[in-house]
Amino acid sequence: MEIRPILASLRKHRIPAILIVLEIALACAVLCNAVFMIGQRVVDIHRSNAIDERGIGVITVDGSDPKMASSDIPRNLGRLRGIAGVQAVAVTNTVPLSNNNWGWAFGATPDSRFNDAVNISAYFLSEGGDKALGLQLLQGRFFSSDEYADSKRGSMPLVDTHVVIITQSLAERMWPGQPALGKVLYSKPLAYTVVGVVADVLRPFVNSQKAWYSTFFPLSPDGALSYYVVRSAPQDRDRVVRQAQQTLSELNPIAVVKGHSYTDIRERYFANMSSMAWMLVLVCVVMLAVTAFGIVGLTSFWVQQRRRQIGIRRAVGATRGHIMQYFQAENFLLSTAGVVIGMGLAFGINLYLMQHYEMERMPWYYLPGGAIALWLIGQFAVFGPARRAAAVPPVVATRSA
Amino acid sequence: MFGYYFDLARRSLIRSPILTAMMVLAIGLGIGASMTMLTVLHVMSGDPIPEHSGQLYYPHLDARPLSSKDDKNAPDPSANLSWIDASNLLRAHQGDRQAAMAGGSVLVRPAQTSLRPFFETGHYITADFFPMFDVPFRTGGGWTQVQDEQHERVVVLNGDLARKLFGDTSATGKIVRLQDTDFRVIGVLNDWYPQPAFYGDTSGHAFGKTDEFFLPLTTAMDLKFDSNGNMSCWGSGGDQRTSGECTWLQFWVSLDGPTKVHAYQQFLEDYWRQQQAHGRFARPVDAKLYGLLAWLDHMQLVPGDVRLQLWLALGFLAVCMVNIVGLLLAKFLRRSGEVSVRRALGARRRDIFLQFGVESAVIGVAGGLLGLGIAQLGLWSVRHRPDDYAHLAQMDVSMLLGTLVLAIVASVLAGLLPAWRACRITPALQLKTQ
Repeated sequence: MEIRPILASLRKHRIPAILIVLEIALACAVLCNAVFMIGQRVVDIHRSNAIDERGIGVITVDGSDPKMASSDIPRNLGRLRGIAGVQAVAVTNTVPLSNNNWGWAFGATPDSRFNDAVNISAYFLSEGGDKALGLQLLQGRFFSSDEYADSKRGSMPLVDTHVVIITQSLAERMWPGQPALGKVLYSKPLAYTVVGVVADVLRPFVNSQKAWYSTFFPLSPDGALSYYVVRSAPQDRDRVVRQAQQTLSELNPIAVVKGHSYTDIRERYFANMSSMAWMLVLVCVVMLAVTAFGIVGLTSFWVQQRRRQIGIRRAVGATRGHIMQYFQAENFLLSTAGVVIGMGLAFGINLYLMQHYEMERMPWYYLPGGAIALWLIGQFAVFGPARRAAAVPPVVATRSA
Repeated sequence: MFGYYFDLARRSLIRSPILTAMMVLAIGLGIGASMTMLTVLHVMSGDPIPEHSGQLYYPHLDARPLSSKDDKNAPDPSANLSWIDASNLLRAHQGDRQAAMAGGSVLVRPAQTSLRPFFETGHYITADFFPMFDVPFRTGGGWTQVQDEQHERVVVLNGDLARKLFGDTSATGKIVRLQDTDFRVIGVLNDWYPQPAFYGDTSGHAFGKTDEFFLPLTTAMDLKFDSNGNMSCWGSGGDQRTSGECTWLQFWVSLDGPTKVHAYQQFLEDYWRQQQAHGRFARPVDAKLYGLLAWLDHMQLVPGDVRLQLWLALGFLAVCMVNIVGLLLAKFLRRSGEVSVRRALGARRRDIFLQFGVESAVIGVAGGLLGLGIAQLGLWSVRHRPDDYAHLAQMDVSMLLGTLVLAIVASVLAGLLPAWRACRITPALQLKTQ
């Protein structure tokens, strides 16, 4: 395939050629960034969460008298255990993705303050909380009954105990490459020894890579505990949640009692993100369609302008295939110029967004990905006009316009 | 003349209906997407209280120790004041009016048995709040500073809560039970829901019906009501809320005229130095006084997602525009013969340019109307999203007109280059080859 005649002809039609290149470049830049944003949201939405998400129901009890907690909570838990199909029950201060965060900062040395402390989320569990949530122990042990019984809170923001279970991600952040068991988390004047490491559990409020910095503390019945976690087989879950909600609202007439399955809680948390992701998908599709149509329109115009030249080429021996190839090659050249500029533009936009918004660096493979997509669209769009060009009969050459 | 060009444009557009439809569709989609996002941005960054925003200021102090670092992902602790600083500023009484406040949610226990107890969000405030923000009352009124000092159990209800609890009967003078305490209703607001709820901690929910009751801050402290919003502490003290090492209160002051603003700024700096003398405020003096709109801007109320979507929509509009330039160019140059004949018969270049300009504008008007429809559809879908700003997504008259203007400007701009190329056609050459 000779490229030089194509270049020569493009030089004669500079403005339409530049327009096609520009359109492809813009589309490529927007596409790469939009697809990257979609990808990031999909990653967010599918973040792993090592609890029994499908079997858990959560019933919140708000507004009960905190002074009665020590008698109310064992009574409530006892009644919940009586519901048919319930495998485990516990009460916690919050659950992952509930938006109700109990945050604190811990360091790895006794003097850690502000500078090197890590922000974490604290989960307080009543006895059996590990089973009710379905935590997956990787190292060490869960809390003992004594540790649950001895742990009090009073008016303090954190609990008065000396043991903690942390997630794998947090263990790696605090003590990279070292075993976390037996190490101590400090926050003056508090100190907690790590007795267990569990698979990653999400925080109540997720942002960036720190999504799994969760810690678990034992706690005896306390006013802070208001999230009743009920675990059952997934097929029983909805019924169990309904019954549990009813039981708890009968037991606590003055409180506000609300029950949800955990899958609902997760879905609600990510609802914004998934609606945004769908919007991005829609914009991408429409944009590509518009781009394709623009290419069709301009190439058709070109074909019509060059009917005579095409006729002459046919008359002196070019086959239909040659004519098709000519337009396809021309489009390929324009697309290539477009995606080269587009990739540079996409990279620049990504840098700008990184500076001004919470955006990460786009992995390099998005760029060739976007390029290939636009190449394909270009070839797809040019196919119709090229076929029409190939259909021009050689006899056109002999007619004067 | 315009009538004639308009007629020519109509004929030309009807002659190639598919091309015309595609151009109108492209501009409609681009304009529709952009206007949807621009409208969302417009309503979110509007002035919540236009008559008074010029006099309202937010003092910014930073009592944190030097070692405390800024975390980009967490709300800024220095955006709020500690109890000690807020009390000091209140007592100093240097502004025309000033009020300290914090958001909170309480359990409402309705007297009638048909309603179960429910949680409601509202604000704990000081007396000047109502006159300072010119809050409209339907019945009754606010309370006085004396009542503040006496920690009185009084409450002002917003429209929705008053209706929910008392129906159409007047709520003023009635008793409502919050948590475990009876409060006397002394006023009912005329559905006051400024958007955003600028006065509170805007790092949380700032849009929607955020506040249904207002009660004295001192009373809420007395009864240990929970506060919402961000509380940041750096000390290790016992009861955190009254310490000078926890920030959780918002503070507004109204100042009439630049001299008073200047004086207040001076007062804040003096206050900072004075606190340094007492061993607080480790950081160098950097007191700021934000105007209301500047404060909202500083707090970045518009979520990053919304801005990103706006950029995306504008990028999409750019693609559509380039597309239309290409299509118009193809369309106009295809009519070289017609242009040449007109030129040969005496039409000036200017006339040809005008003719194609009118044709572009006609496409722009059609695209703008379509864009308006698409934007309404887009806004409808935004309203069905779960974000708290969703219900705000409505177009006002200015945005409506803006859409049409943008569409016409965009399409005329897109038509400039093609029209210019078309009027440069050499008639002789074209006529000869015909």
